[in-house]
Amino acid sequence: MATRTRSEHPPVRRGDRIFSATALGAGILILLILAGVAIFLLVQGVPGITAGRGSLSGRDSFWAYVGPFAFGTVYASIIALVVAVPIAVGIALFISHYAPRRVALALGYIVDLLAAVPSVVFGVWGITVLSPALVPIMQWLEDNAGFLPFFEGPTLTSGRNMFTAGLVLAVMILPIITAICREVFLQTPRLHEEAALALGATRWEMIRMTVFPYGRSGIVSASMLGLGRALGETLAVALVLSGSAIYTFNTLAAENSGTIAANIALQFPEASGTAVNVLIATGLILFVITFAVNYTARKIVDRRSEFSGAN
Amino acid sequence: MASTLETQQPPAGAARSIHQRTLPRYAPAAVFGGCLVIGAVLTGFGLIGTVVLGTVIYLVVIYVLSRTVESSRKAADRVVTGLVTSAFVIALVPLVSVIYTVFSRGLPVLSATFFTSSMRNVVGEGGGVFHAIWGTVYITGMALVISVPIGILTAIYLVEYGRGWLPRQIRFLVDVMTGIPSIVAGLFAYALFVLIFGPGIRIGIGGAIALSVLMIPVVVRSTEEMLKLVPNELREAAYALGVPKWRTIVKVVLPTALAGIATGVTLSIARVIGETAPLLIILGITDSANFDPFSGRIATLPVFTYYEYIQPGVDGSGEGRAFGGALVLVLIVLVLNAVARLISYLFSPTKA
Repeated sequence: MATRTRSEHPPVRRGDRIFSATALGAGILILLILAGVAIFLLVQGVPGITAGRGSLSGRDSFWAYVGPFAFGTVYASIIALVVAVPIAVGIALFISHYAPRRVALALGYIVDLLAAVPSVVFGVWGITVLSPALVPIMQWLEDNAGFLPFFEGPTLTSGRNMFTAGLVLAVMILPIITAICREVFLQTPRLHEEAALALGATRWEMIRMTVFPYGRSGIVSASMLGLGRALGETLAVALVLSGSAIYTFNTLAAENSGTIAANIALQFPEASGTAVNVLIATGLILFVITFAVNYTARKIVDRRSEFSGAN
Repeated sequence: MASTLETQQPPAGAARSIHQRTLPRYAPAAVFGGCLVIGAVLTGFGLIGTVVLGTVIYLVVIYVLSRTVESSRKAADRVVTGLVTSAFVIALVPLVSVIYTVFSRGLPVLSATFFTSSMRNVVGEGGGVFHAIWGTVYITGMALVISVPIGILTAIYLVEYGRGWLPRQIRFLVDVMTGIPSIVAGLFAYALFVLIFGPGIRIGIGGAIALSVLMIPVVVRSTEEMLKLVPNELREAAYALGVPKWRTIVKVVLPTALAGIATGVTLSIARVIGETAPLLIILGITDSANFDPFSGRIATLPVFTYYEYIQPGVDGSGEGRAFGGALVLVLIVLVLNAVARLISYLFSPTKA
């Protein structure tokens, strides 16, 4: 933060007053928009929460309807996280501590490009290229790791199951986690690193002793921000996953839990009447979940930035 | 000095340090090459199999080799170096694959008619993205018109005026806002306009508002970062000359930060131009060009791509159009990214 110690302000003129009021107004407008998102979803969603069987595809209550989708949303995101976090940390380390200084910046841009690819393109790619390519791997997992509940099978031959959806999500959140981890790793105090190396540590030992302890909360919050993104990802999942309203841990079979966002995208264009309110209510649930995840992640980042001022 | 030390070493080659035996510098590359050959032979020269198996063999071999010649600590270090490097390569695979797929399947579809005709009265072959490109351009343009003033003014408030708890809260909530799922933004726009126009509403301005919700936080954060980079001496020099604060901001601070702000805005366009979910909700899809943002459905490129893929029509020619749409979309995003980098490279104040 810039430290400004101005004791004497310039004289306040009318232009100043108008300009500062406009700027303040814009800031408050943002708060209003955020509140508006919550309020309008609530207004339109409440009739959905109290809706009857007819609008809930035969479910008894709204909670029974949204339950499997909420489960599928969290499950797919956790798969994505489990795959993406180790790889993202590896890439971040590669860019911050392994790659030659001169190319590191360019490598960062390349990973950022992955974030620029639109979600619908990932979805179409996921169906046409990724899922057929993954089927042999799924088959292998089913044969060799079928005793685990996740890989029970039988493998869906089109490959459009939770396994593929999780991997597509992993690819999509990779650049976000990488970008934040990279920043955090680069902030590791130079003196800590050099001290470790001077004591004879290898590069990996130096990283374990200085970079990771320093960046741990950064990795956690980066993962949570990635989680927030994965929870809300819509079109890629809607295209890749053939989901339905069931609970299952099996990632390979034809029957998969759908996700809230994908369900909205698939149902909304055809929905009418109270069914629309039901979908908006599920959107409200998604909003609450992602808001909570992002809020916690940002709190961790904020707390961290207060500490990092010390060096 | 190093050379005098090395001349005292017994034989040569393998040993570089006086304390410890070390693998020669070329060892990892040589071992990796060898492992690739073994991998190629074992997998029958398939590209992906060769690289994957070769890497696994490499990690094992280099560990054993380094452990016997050097030490277990060095061995762990070499394995991690291998793992970290392969993590980066793994990330490149989907990127290259996506871009290759979109180009190889989208390029044959592109033609003059593809860009100049809509899908009106098209059954089967033919048709194009004219209507969808225009939809995307002016919906995104409207979102830009809404978000840029709000975003830049908020950033000015946060950096130049904000004192106390309010800017802290705004900054925090803007950060949280970057995480709003795009489909929720679409539902918000729908819920807003349903109250005004009744159920089943599809309206262009709603799409612009949904995109603005996603765009504003990006603009605020990037502008804020850029305004913070403007040296305080510039502001103080202006104040010393008696320039009012608002004119200092407009005439001194903003022009200095302009390149950075333009980069941030361009990247925010690149982010929202590919958004599908909110537009699917509030704009829907249509076959004809609709230039009226205040009534009716409007086709946009991402939604067009989605619908052409899931409803390819009787002869399945929609799939080709879907890849054509995807290619146009990817090209737009790549160009926007390149433009953003170019702006920040050409006009960055540090260079001048």
